[in-house]
Amino acid sequence: MAERKIRVLLAKPGLDGHDRGAKVIARALRDAGMEVIYTGLRQTPEMIVNAALQEDVDCIGLSILSGAHTVLCPQLMQLLREKELTDVLVVVGGIIPQEDIPKLKEIGIAEVFLPGTSMHTIIEFIRSHVRPRA
Amino acid sequence: MTTKETHSHVGIDVQRWEEETLNPTLQKRPERMRQFSTVSLRPIERLYTPLNVAELDYERDLGFPGEYPYTRGIYPTMYRGRLWTMRQFAGFGTAFDTNKRFKYLLEHGQTGLSVAFDLPTLMGVDADDPAAAGEVGKCGVAISSLEDMEVLFDGIPLEQVTTSMTINAPASIIFAMYLVVAEKQGADWKKISGTLQNDILKEYIAQKEWIYPPEPSMRLVVDSIVFCTRHVPRWHPISISGYHIREAGSTALQELAFTLRDGIEYVQWVIAAGLDVDEFAPQLSFFFNSHNDFFEEIAKFRAARRVWAKVMRERFGARHPQSWMCRFHTQTAGCSLTAQQPYNNVVRTALQALAAVLGGTQSLHTNSLDEALALPTEQAAQIALRTQQIIAYESGVTNTVDPLAGSYFVETLTNEMERGCWDYFDKIDAMGGMLNAIALGFPQREIHEAAYQYQQAVEAGEKIIVGVNDFVVDEEPPLPILYIDESVAEIQKERLRQLRAKRDNNRVQQTLEALKAACRGNDNTMPFIIECVRAYATLGEISSAMKEVFGDYQEPAF
Repeated sequence: MAERKIRVLLAKPGLDGHDRGAKVIARALRDAGMEVIYTGLRQTPEMIVNAALQEDVDCIGLSILSGAHTVLCPQLMQLLREKELTDVLVVVGGIIPQEDIPKLKEIGIAEVFLPGTSMHTIIEFIRSHVRPRA
Repeated sequence: MTTKETHSHVGIDVQRWEEETLNPTLQKRPERMRQFSTVSLRPIERLYTPLNVAELDYERDLGFPGEYPYTRGIYPTMYRGRLWTMRQFAGFGTAFDTNKRFKYLLEHGQTGLSVAFDLPTLMGVDADDPAAAGEVGKCGVAISSLEDMEVLFDGIPLEQVTTSMTINAPASIIFAMYLVVAEKQGADWKKISGTLQNDILKEYIAQKEWIYPPEPSMRLVVDSIVFCTRHVPRWHPISISGYHIREAGSTALQELAFTLRDGIEYVQWVIAAGLDVDEFAPQLSFFFNSHNDFFEEIAKFRAARRVWAKVMRERFGARHPQSWMCRFHTQTAGCSLTAQQPYNNVVRTALQALAAVLGGTQSLHTNSLDEALALPTEQAAQIALRTQQIIAYESGVTNTVDPLAGSYFVETLTNEMERGCWDYFDKIDAMGGMLNAIALGFPQREIHEAAYQYQQAVEAGEKIIVGVNDFVVDEEPPLPILYIDESVAEIQKERLRQLRAKRDNNRVQQTLEALKAACRGNDNTMPFIIECVRAYATLGEISSAMKEVFGDYQEPAF
């Protein structure tokens, strides 16, 4: 039986339109053999969590460059708990001040990727941290 | 000796040099890389000689500064006459916070203001809208009404400073607010000057902050250009921007070609609205990125002037030399800055700024060293401004006009940039213009492809980023950064609540209805927007009124 491909939802929450990183990562993850669903721009946490549920993803990657992570990440994690999606790996990439990283990890974000992170590092992190599916 | 004879001599000499001098060296010691290329992955040859520019005609292709085709600069004396405007982009938190920063920058020698708005403002959304959650005051200043704009420019005489405003989808609303503040200060609209970014095409291509679909958005841009031509003649109603196209990952050539082609589109639309090209073309301005590859950038700026001059004279038949000039603002490349070893960003920015100056920019913004981490602190912003001042006053590069002219390498790159532009123009013209090209996803795909190729070159170690994929150190002392917290959103929400309670809400409704009627018809929308602003209708209320008529836009999937 063929191994189930890792499914990743890439999302841009908030109003920010800088999607270069998200799109490059989407392509890199696809090239690495994952299935990638890119939500497009201006997603609310509700929209992202609903998409994650419908698409049955293993990982949610959030791209935030606007500083809105302080408000949007806690909202998203809360919604994931409400929908009992706690086994979904959540990672964040973007412009995140150092002092915010521990706060994001505390609420359950698995990793924060800052500018300059290689695509290889992100691919490897997702591969080694998604929960194996039954 | 004739030029032809010189070239044949050089040709023979190059062959001799390769055989006698170069090849023995290459056999002993190969070059560092199999292939050399610019940051845009444009191949670069080992050596450039007169043969590379054999077709170059000095009088035709370069000419003199201040004369067609302006390759060497749009003014005869360039920086010997006047330095570029040092225009640092600033804005964060509330209008009160940013007003303080503006005054600080003006006291420290900055010569023009440049307003960074937060994302809700850029999207035409009020601070108390649920969509603004987490974004208020973060990436720029929060402006929801005329009241905020009055605070923003409090104590700053608008007849004396020039202001650049980075705003696009809701540009006419923010501009209307600026005009009303000027009016309240007693300033004459005919005397105020500055620049509105107001470039909606690059939003669909790269920056992605749109509200309405492309056609009504273009109408709003055209309305503002026509309005300025008649009532605010010293204002630059649009700054046609390649900056964001480059930040989205384009090559230098794509940045140049898509930006100038957007310019062509605007000129066509304004002419179609009934203006003569020479009535408005002198007020058009451009905005470019200055990235890491020093010579490629200089060539891009020089080519921009030559291509635009030809477009205006030959394609549009403009008669006035002012209409032929490509004047531009430049910002150093934000996307080149690294979160790793952030002090290195001062050096990157200095080199990029130097390229912009050698390229003949009219105005410059140097990024601050901490911008891969957060908005600039006051000290980081000061170093960025000092970088410009050191180039201006200490480096000596401002003492002569276009000092790199005649460099075989720079002239070759300039010619290649120009040729590449004409090729892209032909492609986009064949698609029926820029709106159709955008609908087909053409520029978007070209940029994405370039961004991906560059990232792969970085991953493969073919492109070195100091501190990121080479010369890496383990630990970094964290920089002090500017932190905007949620109290800004609370202050803004409370201000809006008070405003909605104290203003004449009947008048607000009447002005919004009148604006909607104008949007349904053919009247110029600017005077109607100004009336809404005078009644203290908020940014969100005005943009929603227009959205009722124009609809909104969803990006097609490519």
